[in-house]
This record gives sequence, C-alpha cells and structure tokens, in this order.
Amino acid sequence: MNAPVKNLRFSRRAILKGGALAVGFALTELPDAIAQGAVAAPRALDPKEVDSFLAVNGDGTVTVFCGKVDLGQGLRISIPQIAAEELGIGVDKIKFVEGDTALTPDQGRTSGSNGIQRGGMQIRQAAATARKALIDLAAQRLNVRPEDLVITGGEVRPKAGSSGISFANLIGGRQFDLKLDPKAPLMDPSSYTIVGKPLARPDVPAKCFGTHVYMHDLVVPDMLHARVIRPAAVGAKLVSVDESSIKDIAGANVVRVKDLLAVVADDEWSAIRASRALRAQWSEGSGLPAQADLAAALRADPGIVDETLVNKGSADAQQPDGAKALTATYYWPMQSHGSIGPSCAVADVRADAATVWTASQGTHGNQTTFARFLGLPKEKVRLIYLEGSGCYGMNGHEDAAADAAILSRAVGRPVRVQWTREDELGWDPKGPPQLIAISGAVAPDGRILDWLTELWIPKTTRGLPNIPLLAPEAAGLDHVPGLNPGLVSQNGDPSYAAESIQVIAHWLKDAPLRPAPIRSPGKPANCFAVESFVDELAAAIGADPVEFRLRGLKDSRAIEVIRRTAALMNWQARPYRVASANNGIARGRGISFVHYKHSETYVGMGMEVAVDRASGQIAVERVACAHDCGQIINPDGVRAQVEGSILQTISRVLMEEVMFDRARVISVNWTSYPILRFSGVPRIDIELIDRPTEKPLGAGEAACAAVGAALANAVHDATGTRLRTVPFMPERVKAALTGKA
Amino acid sequence: MAKYNLRVNGNARTIDSSDADKPLLYVLRELKLTATKFGCGLGQCGACTVLIEGAAVRSCQTRVADVHGKAIITLEGLGSPGNPHPLQTAFISEQVPQCGYCTSGMIMSAAALLSTNKKPSESDIRSALDGNLCRCGTHVRVVRAVMAASGQRG
Repeated sequence: MNAPVKNLRFSRRAILKGGALAVGFALTELPDAIAQGAVAAPRALDPKEVDSFLAVNGDGTVTVFCGKVDLGQGLRISIPQIAAEELGIGVDKIKFVEGDTALTPDQGRTSGSNGIQRGGMQIRQAAATARKALIDLAAQRLNVRPEDLVITGGEVRPKAGSSGISFANLIGGRQFDLKLDPKAPLMDPSSYTIVGKPLARPDVPAKCFGTHVYMHDLVVPDMLHARVIRPAAVGAKLVSVDESSIKDIAGANVVRVKDLLAVVADDEWSAIRASRALRAQWSEGSGLPAQADLAAALRADPGIVDETLVNKGSADAQQPDGAKALTATYYWPMQSHGSIGPSCAVADVRADAATVWTASQGTHGNQTTFARFLGLPKEKVRLIYLEGSGCYGMNGHEDAAADAAILSRAVGRPVRVQWTREDELGWDPKGPPQLIAISGAVAPDGRILDWLTELWIPKTTRGLPNIPLLAPEAAGLDHVPGLNPGLVSQNGDPSYAAESIQVIAHWLKDAPLRPAPIRSPGKPANCFAVESFVDELAAAIGADPVEFRLRGLKDSRAIEVIRRTAALMNWQARPYRVASANNGIARGRGISFVHYKHSETYVGMGMEVAVDRASGQIAVERVACAHDCGQIINPDGVRAQVEGSILQTISRVLMEEVMFDRARVISVNWTSYPILRFSGVPRIDIELIDRPTEKPLGAGEAACAAVGAALANAVHDATGTRLRTVPFMPERVKAALTGKA
Repeated sequence: MAKYNLRVNGNARTIDSSDADKPLLYVLRELKLTATKFGCGLGQCGACTVLIEGAAVRSCQTRVADVHGKAIITLEGLGSPGNPHPLQTAFISEQVPQCGYCTSGMIMSAAALLSTNKKPSESDIRSALDGNLCRCGTHVRVVRAVMAASGQRG
C-alpha cells in the first residue's frame, strides 16, 4: 500500500482536464496522492459524507482519503489500520491519500496530537457506516437477514458458510451516498486483529533506500529555483536592490514584489550564488527587546486582559500549624522548531488557478489564506501535501509555500523555494517565551492547601484564519494580521487535590518574534513549572515525591502511570536529599506526572541525572516513562512518538534558546542553536499501557510536557539546587550551584 | 566549461561545470540522486553525508573539482530493495526513521564506520554519528540498528 507509482508521465494537457490545475511530473516515482490527484475526477469532500473518506475501488482495494497528514508520526499505517479493522479487509488492501485540498476532506490541521483521536475517529465512523451499508447490500442480494452475514477479507458472506460477495462486486467504483452514521456499530475491541498490532510503517523502506519523494525532491517541468533574501532586520523595508551585483551569474534574475526580494535561476546552485552575491539595502527594522531583560519585561507588560482560567475551592481557610508557604518563578525561552531540512515548497500560479505543493500541516486551512493573497477563488487554489523535514508544529513550511506562490505568479513559471539553514532558524515562527509564577502552601501531612499559578503568555487573535505568513506581508498582499502561539495556557494547574487552585493568565498583546505552535504548545513550560513546584512542596515537608503525588490523586489511570514509572526506576521512597558528589559528579533522580490537557493522555516520567559540579554540565543517564493513551492503534508507532517526545524535549530543556540582538535572530546555525546529539542520549525505558476499550488519545506530544520537571527534579535531588530557567546550559547551572543565579 | 570525471555508485559520470566550487551535493541532486539531503550547507548536520573513496564526507562542503577521479557512493548506491545493505535492512526492521530527512546521512556515516570497525561498541557508534543531527529523536533506534547491522544485539 502507498506503493510508489513507477514511471509516471503525464502530458500537461491530460492533467489540466480535471478542472483543478496540476502540472506534469519529471520525477520517476511519485506517491499515490499525487498520481491520483493528477487524474482524479472531482470528489466528495464534505466530512459528513462517507464517500469523502472512503472509496471501494473496482479491484476490491479501498482508498482512504485523509485530511490529516503523516509528518513521520505514522498515520500512513495507523489510519489504514483503523479503517481496515472496521471494514473487515486486510490492511494491505488499503491505499492512503493525504492532505490534498482537491481529494481529501478538511479534517483540520494535523496538530495538537489529534491525528488519531479526532481524524482517525472520523474515519473509523465512516468505515463503520460503510461496513453496515456493505452488509445491507449483501443481505438484499443474497436475500438473507443482515445479522446472518459476516465480513472477512473484503467479502460479505453468510455465517452459515456459503460463498460471499466481494466489496468490489457490491460497490466497486461506485459511491455509498451515505452520511456518516454516528450510531453505526463499531467493532468490538476484543475482536480486533489489526488495531493494536505493531505493523510496519509503509514509508520506512523508501526512506532507507533514498526513494521517498520529499517536498524537497519535487521537480516540475519548467521550474525555476529561487532563494528569498530576508531583511537584514525584523520589520525592515527594502530600500534598493543592485541588480548588477548578480550580472555575472548566468541565468540568474532578481524578483522583487515590494519588500519580498528573491533571486531565481534555472539551477539551484546559480540561485544560491546569486543570493550570496546580491547587494540590497534595507531600512532599520522595527526593533526587538533586549534579550537579557525579556523575562522581566513579560512580567512588567500591562497586557491586554487578565483572565481567571481555573478557580476551584476556596483559599481563605485557616492554614494549619506547620504549613509551609512557597513562591517560585519559572521561565521558558523562545525556541525554534529546529527542522533538519530547511523549509521548501513548489508553486505553479497561473492567471486563473494555482497549485501549491507544501509540507504544511494544514493544507485545507491554508486554501483560503492562499486564495486571499493570490486574489483567486478558493476553489481555484489547490494545496497538495508532500512530506517535508519534520516540523513539530508550524515551522517555515507554509512561509516557503507562500514565497513560492507569490514568486511563481511574478515570473509566470513554477517556482521552487528552498530556505537556507539561516532562514529556518532565523525566520521560522517561534515557540513564545513563557513566564510562570506559582505560589502555594502545603500542610505537614502533605495536603496542598492553596495554589495560584500566574501565566504571562501571548493571546491568540480571535478568528485568525492562519498564522500570518512572511511573504504576503512583505509583498503588500491581502492577509489577516494577528498571532497564534497555540493552546499555551493549558496544564497551568496541578492534577492533585488542593484546598484551592487558581490559574490566572496575564494575556499579552504580542510576542518578541512571530509566535506559532511548537510541539505540545505551552505545556512543556507549564508542566515544568507545576511539576517542579509540586516537588518543591514535597521537599518542604520532607515527603517522598512519588508518595506526595499519589496522596493527591484519585484517578486510577493517573495513579497507575506514576506507580509504573516508579517501578521502572526501582524507586525507593525517601525524601529528597543532596547527594554527596563523587569526583565532583552528583547523581539524583526525579519524577513528574502529566495528565495532558487534564483530559487526554497520562504520562509518568522519571529521570536519573549526573551533574558535574565543576562545569555545570548535566547528563541525563536514564529515562523511564509509563504512558497511557487509551486504546493503542499501533504500539510501535506510539513508542517511536514517545521516544521522540522525550529526546526532543530533553534537547529543548538542556540547550535550546533563540538568541537575538536588537534587530534580528542571531542563533541561526547548529553552533549557535545547538540541539541534542548522540553523546547526550540516555537509556530510555518506556512502558505503554494499552486500554483497548478506552478512547484512543494522542501520543505525539503528551510526553514532551513531563520532561522538564522530571529533569529539574532530578537535578534538585542530586544537588539541592532548583533550576527554574530553561535551558539548563552549563554556565547557568554552574551559577545556580554556586548560588550566583 | 570544465569537465570532471566522477564515479558515482559505480557509474562513470562526466560533470560539466563552469564553477569548480559547486558543491557535490548539487551535482548529485541534479543527477536525480535525491537521497542526499540539504540540511545546513555548513557541514554541521550530516544530512548530506556520502562516501568518497569509502570515507564519510559532507557533500555540501565538497567542491566538485575536489572529487575529480574519485569514487562516490550515495544511499541509492549502497543498496536497493532487491539487494539491501545490512544497514538498510536493520534500519527498516528497527523502524528507525520518523520524518527520515536525516536517515540517508545517518546510514552513510554508519556505513563508513562499519567498513573500518566490523563490531563497533555502542560508544563507537555514538562517536561516529555525533555529527549527524536528528530532530525527531530516533537516536536510540539508530544505535540499535547499527548494532544489529554489525551482527550484534543492540
């Protein structure tokens, strides 16, 4: 399934017939999505219709049309597993088409770890509706009662055992013409044979043989290569361009649309040389705040409005004797998505229609945005997803697509835009800085008395259709301004019982750099603060951190992940203690717990660290994680996501901070924006708790939220020092250890 | 226009280039060998790693003029579905890649390691791959796959 189609050669005319514009392909291997897109008749796209999600083909295979996309997290197998299980057909008979505005229904962005829990469940219901329809069709044909029929192997047959009728025979090539039936009976999880199996991801072999066609590899006929020259400072305007500066580079030309400046050439290397040679003059920028004062500036910002997000219990109870009251402030810096491949896109924009190939997580949502700035009707703009380098939220993929679209229109040819390393780390929209202050008190018996969290975070602009893209703004084209950092205010409160809990958001009007969701938006910071503070309360009364947490929980699934995490770590109950440093290396352990968004996946996270007191260098030596995301569709897929969540967030906690001067981002390569390497990778033990009768929940980012506190709590156990500012760079740790922080 | 004679994946290739400084990365990608990826253009990430005369080299930092007469192997030349390199078999069976953008460079760096060290330790593998960055966090599986490819249990 999802096998590459070999040696496709479409004539341009043949492809234009379909209504939506598409161009021919020079590649010899293409994913199904493109191959089918090029020849597809108009399809049902309404997410209320079964036909929008499923088609039984004449050969008995079933095509699943999925609005969510596979970014490396494995939807290309887990979604077919869900569909195959409900339909009663082998998973090898399922074809998968993803993220194409002309072919797939709009299921919302592939974000918030909801590919399975939302997108997959729509497809499960579509498949269940189709299953019921297939049985009813066969019952009529065979003149038997539907309850006397079963489905196996893509055939409906009498339970009595006589021969059945294949899906292809029943409805192959035709439509169901049915609405999704929310009451269509679902398969009993106890009968599952496909869901819950660690089936291999179909794109992995091609990724290991170098034949997987990435966004970066797409070539369309007549295509120009472009490099966009970003301003010298954020908000700077283009004053002048010296076109003669690239006159010696054959075939290279300057393209300017107001402040959007680019060079184009027939080959990529000429475009690169031209981009380096081009001389341009920019105005002063709009100015950035002083980085050193950022945390203080957030707290001093009057903001737009204060909002009480959580208000439980009453804080005015008399505190018992021996109660300990604490306050602490935590800071999480701006971070980049840090994609290994800088963003890339190809666009072919004509006078009356546009096709954009993009690695965007939200092809459908961008259709309106692209139509707006291109001045085209929405239905004349087609966005087709092609996998890019992992993005973990909105990196530069969509900006590159907008660059390509505007440049293609300007030059009248298809254009490929490839961002540079400096573009990606400098100009991808950033995870915003987060300041979090917590005060609370604890009784000697471990009851949390009152709890107040204050968050200083940027407010999402109401009704914003998409995060504003760089190119339409620079080119002076129609776009909707605003900001959207994602759901950054969740998990500001602990999961544990307390006499009172309050969370107040001090909503800020802006962020220093354009914000965007980055994996597990806001939660790594909020949970770092909350679960560190829980440990601070436990330490204040000399309690064991595991026992302290269990005391305040009633939810059995929460209790189980904590117990299992402790068991993985061979946790022996004791209060925190400052370990004696052996050769200057202090070792300690820490634990944290997160119930993601208080309604989704449960994560227990344990860490063992070694801290070099002399250098301040932290080594995470071991990670233990118990993870309950309800019904598991594909355990190896979940495991891969949890491993990735842990390692990526260790990287974010230990070393990542976007650095900027008063004009622009200056951490624009892997030296100035370092990320985790093999030398920093710990042993990881993961225990997945499968609950087949529960709803499946997201597994792509919940574990991220638990990492920071487990790490900080382990450092505290090792050294007696609390780290409350991310990242835990050696210099900062050293200063904290010596009391200079 | 100067001509450069390369041996790419066993095939003789003559490259015409007016620019001796053109990086090997773009030479290869124009030959439709797109397994080799652009990651930074700075020699910092390893996504563009290929073998030149058996050694792992960053193709973004290698001038075409400097590979005249040299033998180059890319991921496409290392093995194929019909005749996979043990590393490709192991990367598939360990389900290593997520986005997979770094995978080509990882496998090529590991191939160079295995050609000189048949039974590397975990620590040897980590050292050899420390210059290859992965953002998805597949490191644990990469190490396991390289151990498996060298006939060791990871």
